[in-house]
Amino acid sequence: MMHNSINDDHTVNETGHHLLEPRLWVERHADFLYTYASARLNDDEQCRDLVQDTFLAALQKVESFRGDASERTWLTAILKYKVIDVYRKRSGAFAAKDEYGTADDEIEFFDPDNHHWKREHWPAVFGVEDKDPLQNKEFLATLQQCLKRLPPLWMSVFSLKHLDDEGTEMICQQMKISPANFWVIIHRAKVNLRSCLQKNWI
Amino acid sequence: MKKELKTELERIAYNCRKATLLIEKKQEVKLTMREKLELKLHLAGCSICRIYEKQSVLINLMMQKLFKEERKEIRLDSSYKLDLQKRINDQMIGNQ
Repeated sequence: MMHNSINDDHTVNETGHHLLEPRLWVERHADFLYTYASARLNDDEQCRDLVQDTFLAALQKVESFRGDASERTWLTAILKYKVIDVYRKRSGAFAAKDEYGTADDEIEFFDPDNHHWKREHWPAVFGVEDKDPLQNKEFLATLQQCLKRLPPLWMSVFSLKHLDDEGTEMICQQMKISPANFWVIIHRAKVNLRSCLQKNWI
Repeated sequence: MKKELKTELERIAYNCRKATLLIEKKQEVKLTMREKLELKLHLAGCSICRIYEKQSVLINLMMQKLFKEERKEIRLDSSYKLDLQKRINDQMIGNQ
């Protein structure tokens, strides 16, 4: 006789293996997966579609589920690759001016001859440093707005690195960039974000 | 006329572009001895890049905060969910 232990968001059988219960998927995981997608892509419609695509794709490969990880972990992994697909498509469709995915109107922060900061782009203190900036909701919201303005490849690399804690190797492979380009992209994205934060905060 | 940067040390000392790239790298991987020395030398003489470094670290912490702690679950509307579960059920029957 089978003794399954059923919890709110997963079911485990007597040998400790996770089971799939597609009839409970929406109830258990739809909001979680939608939130996951929304944090990575700013497009509600597309996120909704991705959640649906994830469930339907998962149904096609229930055979490959071995039960070592939970149902949610397995579904999230499927969704993650769908998000990366969107990243690749967006970056591919973007008319960048170089192989780093730089926007046409990207500001040049450094002097092209001596590589020093241009005077008008000197970093200045934000003025929130002493008052625990991590608790400052408006300051965090400003960063979020700045993130949305990054060119798609930069936003994708930055998201994979910071939201998913992905290693350099995986990001390079998925986004088809070299390790050297990876650092250039991280650098430009950060310089750009920092500047945007300064401009919109001070 | 622009000042010619003669020695290698001078080039490093004035190169904020490279210093800020190393600041990004340093937060993720171990720098080589040479890179460490270059960065140290640069930061000793460049207060602007020292501000940059502090803010760069802060932005990484803010990213953590924004996406790992603060994230509240967003809910899909229930009619969409009902429809979605029905689609899954239909497909399961179709697969059998």
